[in-house]
Amino acid sequence: MENKDDILEVRNLKINFNTYAGKIKAIRDVSFDLKKGETLAIVGESGSGKTVTTRSIMGLNASNTEIAGGSIKFKDEEILGKTEKELSKFRGQHIAEIFQDPMTSLDPTMKIGRQIAEPLMIHQNMSKDKALDKALEMMKLVGITNAKERLNDYPYQFSGGMRQRIVIAIALITYPEIIIADEPTTALDVTIQAKILKLMKELQDKINTSIIFITHDLGVVAGMADRVAVMYAGKIVEYGTVDEIFYNPKHPYTWGLLSSMPTLDTKSEVLPSIPGTPPDLLEPPVGDAFAARNKYALKIDTIKQPPFFKVSDTHYAATWLLDDRAPKVTPPDEIVKRQKHFKAINTK
Amino acid sequence: MVKYLAKRIFYLVLTLFIVTTITFFLMKLMPGTPLTNQAKLSPTEQQLILQQYGLDKPVWQQYLSYLANAVHGNFGTSFQFSDQPVSYLISSRIGPSLLLGFQAMVIGVLLGIVLGAFGAIRKNTWVDTTTTIISILGISIPSFVLAILLQYFFGLKLRAFPIAGWSGFMYTILPTIALAAMPLAESARFVRTEMVDVLNSDYIELARAKGLGKLGIIYHHALRNSLIPLITIIGPLAVNIMTGSLVVENIFAIPGIGEQFVNSITTNDYPTIMGLTIVYCFMLCVVLLITDIVYGLVDPRIRITGKRD
Repeated sequence: MENKDDILEVRNLKINFNTYAGKIKAIRDVSFDLKKGETLAIVGESGSGKTVTTRSIMGLNASNTEIAGGSIKFKDEEILGKTEKELSKFRGQHIAEIFQDPMTSLDPTMKIGRQIAEPLMIHQNMSKDKALDKALEMMKLVGITNAKERLNDYPYQFSGGMRQRIVIAIALITYPEIIIADEPTTALDVTIQAKILKLMKELQDKINTSIIFITHDLGVVAGMADRVAVMYAGKIVEYGTVDEIFYNPKHPYTWGLLSSMPTLDTKSEVLPSIPGTPPDLLEPPVGDAFAARNKYALKIDTIKQPPFFKVSDTHYAATWLLDDRAPKVTPPDEIVKRQKHFKAINTK
Repeated sequence: MVKYLAKRIFYLVLTLFIVTTITFFLMKLMPGTPLTNQAKLSPTEQQLILQQYGLDKPVWQQYLSYLANAVHGNFGTSFQFSDQPVSYLISSRIGPSLLLGFQAMVIGVLLGIVLGAFGAIRKNTWVDTTTTIISILGISIPSFVLAILLQYFFGLKLRAFPIAGWSGFMYTILPTIALAAMPLAESARFVRTEMVDVLNSDYIELARAKGLGKLGIIYHHALRNSLIPLITIIGPLAVNIMTGSLVVENIFAIPGIGEQFVNSITTNDYPTIMGLTIVYCFMLCVVLLITDIVYGLVDPRIRITGKRD
C-alpha cells in the first residue's frame, strides 16, 4: 500500500467488454484510493463505468469482461487475477455489496433469517443456530421490529424499505472492511431513502467500515460522502473532498452535473441539463471524451487527453482549463455562486 | 386445508360425473354392438343376450341405470370376460400400469431436471447443445415408435432386455424408457429455461456477492426457484404417460389397464370402457390435486387457506 491509511488501492484499471459489435472500452484507466472508515462516492451518469468499477473489485463482472490492465489491491493483496474460488472466499467476508433493488435481491423461497445468516455459515463455519442468533442481532441493529418472529418470514412478507434493511443486514453480518453500495436507495421512495441513508451512516460508525457509494443522486452524495470521484465515459474526471467537489468544482462536466441539480434557491422554471449523449465506448474519442458536449472545450481537448491537474492536496481535475496557457472562462452562474460560498467558508 | 380438500373432492366428483356422461354417449355412438364379432349367433339368440344385459332399452334408460349402479359401486360385469366384474378386472390389472407410470414419471422428471440444470449451468456449450438435442428427440419421437426401436435394438439385436411380457423388473425397463422419454424431454427444456432465468436474477448475484461457491448457489438458491414452475407441468405430463401407456402396454404385451382399455374399445365392452374411463379420470384428478398441494409446500408465496383473498 502506498499509504497506510488506505484499505483499497485501484491503479490504472482498464476493462473491456467483448461484444459482437467489438470491444467496448468500459473502464479507461481509473485510479483511486479508499481510506479506512471513509465514504467515497462515485458519481456519474448511466454507463459511465461506476458499477463496472465496483463489480471488478468484487470480481463479479460478466463473463465477457476482459481486464486489460491495472491493479486492485486490498490491504496489499492483489484482487485482479484471483480465481473464482479465491474470490468467493473474499466476497462477503472482506468486501460486501448492498444491491440496488431490494425487491429482486432476496431469494423468494428462503427464510430471511437464513439469508442473513448465510455469509457467516460460509465464511466462519458457524453452525446454523449460532449464525441465526447473529442474524437476529443484526436484524435488530438494522431496525426490523419483532425481529425474533420475523426470522422465519419470507421476503414477500416485507415492504421495500424493510427488504433493503435486510439486504443491508446481509452485507454487514460479517463486519466487512469495505461495503459497496450500488445505488442502494434508488428503488425506494424518498422518505424511506432518508431513513436508509441515516441507518447506513450509523452502522458505518458502529462497525468502522469503508463505503464506496455509487449514485447519480448528488443530493445523497452531499449527505453521505467524505470524498467524491466524478466519472465520465470510463474515466474519473475529477475527485476531491465533498466540499471541494460541491463548492469549488473545476471540471466542466462536474459543473454540468451540479447545475442540473435543483437547489432550494433555483428560481428558473427550466432545469439546466447537459446537452448531447455520452460517447460510444466502442470507439472512444481521441482527447477529452467530454469535449463534444462541452461548451468550454478548447482545441486541444479534441487532440490530447488532459492529465490530472492538482487543485489542492486532495482535489484533482482532468481538464485543460486548468493549464496555465488556457484562457480564463467563467463557469455557469450556479457554479460561481457555489464558489463564492466555498471561499466564504474557507476564509472564516 | 380441510375446507380446501373438501372443495377439491366435490369438484373431483363433478368432473367424474361429466366425464362419465360424455363417455357413455360417445360410446353409444360407436358403430357395432358387443356381439358384432360373434357372427355365429342367430338373431333370436342375440336379442336374448341384449335383453339380458339391458341393451335393448333406450339409451337414456341405460344411462340412468348405469349411473344408479355406479353410485352404489357396481360397475357391472365385463362382456368380454363374462364372469368377471369390471371392478375385479381393473384391480387385478392396475398394478403393472401404476408401476410403469410411476417409474416413467420419476425417472423422466428426475433425469429431466438433471439434464435441464446442466444445460442451464453450461449454457451455450456442447453440454447445452447435447441436452437440447436429447430433448428435441424426446419430444418429437412418439412413444410407440421409440418402443418399437427399443424392442428392435435392445431386445432383438443386443438381447439385453426381454422384448415383451411381464415377469419381473427386467421386463419393466424398456417400456419405462419408452414412456419416460416425453416427460424427460419436456421437463429438461422447462428446467433449462427457468434456470437460465433464475441464474440471471439479482438474488443469485447477491448469493455470489455473499461468497457462495458455484455448487452452493445452485443447490441453495437456483434449484428450488427453478423447480417450482415444473410442478405445473406434472399434470400434463401425467396425462401424457397415461395416454402413452395405452399403446406402449399393447406393444410390450403388458397386462395393464392400458392394454385392457384398447381391447375393450375394439370389442365394445361397454362396462369396461366406462370403468376404465372413470379410473383414468380419477387418477388424473388426484395427480392434479397433489401438484396443487405440493405447490403450496414448495413455494411459501402460495399457501392453501381454503378461502378467497
